[in-house]
Amino acid sequence: MSWTWLLPLSIILPISGAALTLVASRRPRVQRTISVTVVSVQLLVELVMITQVTRNGPMVMHIGGWTAPLGITLVADELAAFMMVVSTVVSLAVLVYGISQGMADREVGPEVPISIFHPTFLILITGVSNAFVAGDLFNLFVSFEILLTASFVLLTTGGTRERLRAGAPYIVVSLLSSLIFLSGIAMVYAATGTVNLADLSTKIPALPAGIVATLQALLLVAFGIKAAVFPMSAWLPDSYPSAPAPVTAVFAGLLTKVGIYAIIRVQTLLFPTGSFGTLLMIAALATMIVGILGAISQSGIKRMLSFTLVSHIGYMLFGVALGSQTGLSAAIYYVAHHILVQTALFLAVGLVERVAGTTVLARLGGLAGAAPMLAVLFFIPAMNLAGVPPLSGFLGKVGLFEAGVQDGRVLAYVLVAGGALTSLLTLYAIIRVWGRAFWRPVPESTPVGGDPLETESGRSLLTRRRVHREAQRRLARQETARLPMGMVGATTAIVAVGVLLTVAAGPIYGVAATAGESLSDRSVYVDAVLDAGVPAPPGATPGAVPAPGTGAGG
Amino acid sequence: MTTNLALALTIGGLFAAGVYLMLSRNLIRVILGFLLAGHAVNLLLLTSGKSGVPPIVGEAQNGEQVADPLPQAMILTAIVISLAVSTFLFAMAYRNYRNTRDPEIEDELEPDEFADAEAGAGEE
Repeated sequence: MSWTWLLPLSIILPISGAALTLVASRRPRVQRTISVTVVSVQLLVELVMITQVTRNGPMVMHIGGWTAPLGITLVADELAAFMMVVSTVVSLAVLVYGISQGMADREVGPEVPISIFHPTFLILITGVSNAFVAGDLFNLFVSFEILLTASFVLLTTGGTRERLRAGAPYIVVSLLSSLIFLSGIAMVYAATGTVNLADLSTKIPALPAGIVATLQALLLVAFGIKAAVFPMSAWLPDSYPSAPAPVTAVFAGLLTKVGIYAIIRVQTLLFPTGSFGTLLMIAALATMIVGILGAISQSGIKRMLSFTLVSHIGYMLFGVALGSQTGLSAAIYYVAHHILVQTALFLAVGLVERVAGTTVLARLGGLAGAAPMLAVLFFIPAMNLAGVPPLSGFLGKVGLFEAGVQDGRVLAYVLVAGGALTSLLTLYAIIRVWGRAFWRPVPESTPVGGDPLETESGRSLLTRRRVHREAQRRLARQETARLPMGMVGATTAIVAVGVLLTVAAGPIYGVAATAGESLSDRSVYVDAVLDAGVPAPPGATPGAVPAPGTGAGG
Repeated sequence: MTTNLALALTIGGLFAAGVYLMLSRNLIRVILGFLLAGHAVNLLLLTSGKSGVPPIVGEAQNGEQVADPLPQAMILTAIVISLAVSTFLFAMAYRNYRNTRDPEIEDELEPDEFADAEAGAGEE
């Protein structure tokens, strides 16, 4: 039985959900039901897809029956299916979290126009899925635009001063990157006469080296901005923290990773010669080091996490830059790990904000005693991010370092060292947050303790202890009052999936490894696309050797 | 494909003007810059196709040259997208003006304040 009909469902489901929720914008309960149903069904569809893809090779669908180089092609290989499953898990959890937060905040009123949240969120998911299955550059561009426009709306939700200020740089930078991407597409089309990825991969090797370098540079810059690679990463830590917690969480989890996905796709499929590898390695190193140094110096948890987000993009880029099969596999596993962990951390910080009323480190304290459950929910992904064995962050980093050592170049060794250093500094940054927000006694200046500017000097130890106990009791009361079940449940689910990535590391790393393998062997993808309808046009495939038994859509 | 110097210069000029305007803090200038640069990209897309031949009408006879319709399809898509994006940008510029009485984007707040503290709670 052919399962290819599932392929467009992963896009049709969320986009129709968006339309329905927009129609039902005055009926919050209907909206909630629709979006949760749609995303759950989408997750099921993608789970079926990933089993099919790992068994039968890439799924290919030519929309409207126009075959490969001409029409719009949707392709799901292992990498795309894997990314889709992980991202939909995250979207579902964030959706539940957002709904629960929205219901709890209903009395807050005009600040959260929740009727817009559902359609926009579903459009964002549409863009993300579409980017993963896009089989041509232009469709990839359109999906970027879909998700970017949705992200603009989500980031400036409520239109407050602070959110507009923080959102404006993000919006301008994103628009610029889209323009660069579209210029890249125009040049690719001018040079080759096609935008289909599979077709391009056979035509680009025939081009002069200078033109190839131009095309590659344009595409890498466009995707590098979206992925927040170092010289182009300054927009991220400024814009993400001001958004509502669920929005920050889903952005941190998904948006930059779509950029990384695009880099992986383009580097492996279109430019497999490994050119720009050295530059990418240097960019990866700079991203890691500069990002983590920024993280250390932050006074707020959300900004600190945004900097670690930038920093850890460097690891994924490192794997891609190596270009070897082991490097790619490790990068793919690391992407999945990082999506889950970073989302979990931002969700947990959203809970911190609810409990303590702030995420500024100086005013936090005593959370471990006051909200033990929350402490666990923060601690596990925090250690995971820092790469403490045996968690998945450790496994991903070991995979990357192994690939780096295999590579053998001096620069690769430097990157391994840089990666290890970044890992230690991440541990330092995260322990600093843990120590201040959770572990130390409640500072007497916490807002819950009354006047935030009161100093402690001159007070006796006894008074301080009493104040501390009182503050802690107050915090504990507030935790039960302020933490809705759905938010805690969603965060727990994401943390649990993150742990599953460790527990079931064997099979999951296996999927990542096969994905890396089929990326290194381009013919799998190319043949699946070009042979799915009619045989490839003669003369258009100079290098591709037809591999028997790929069974596209079989 | 033939290259056209006038078109290349126009594209370059539009790009330069667009990027210059996008560097401004004034949101209206940013929008104008985005539109100009968008036109530059659209023209670039236009030049990527075959030029100087008739559009597709009916069926092409043997050996007859017809214009490539794909760049035009891509330009149309890009125009529609930039319409949606500019709508959003105008709404944002207006909202920013209502908030601050100033077409420019504000300075960052003091580090301690914007260190994500109360950012989540909207204070208008």
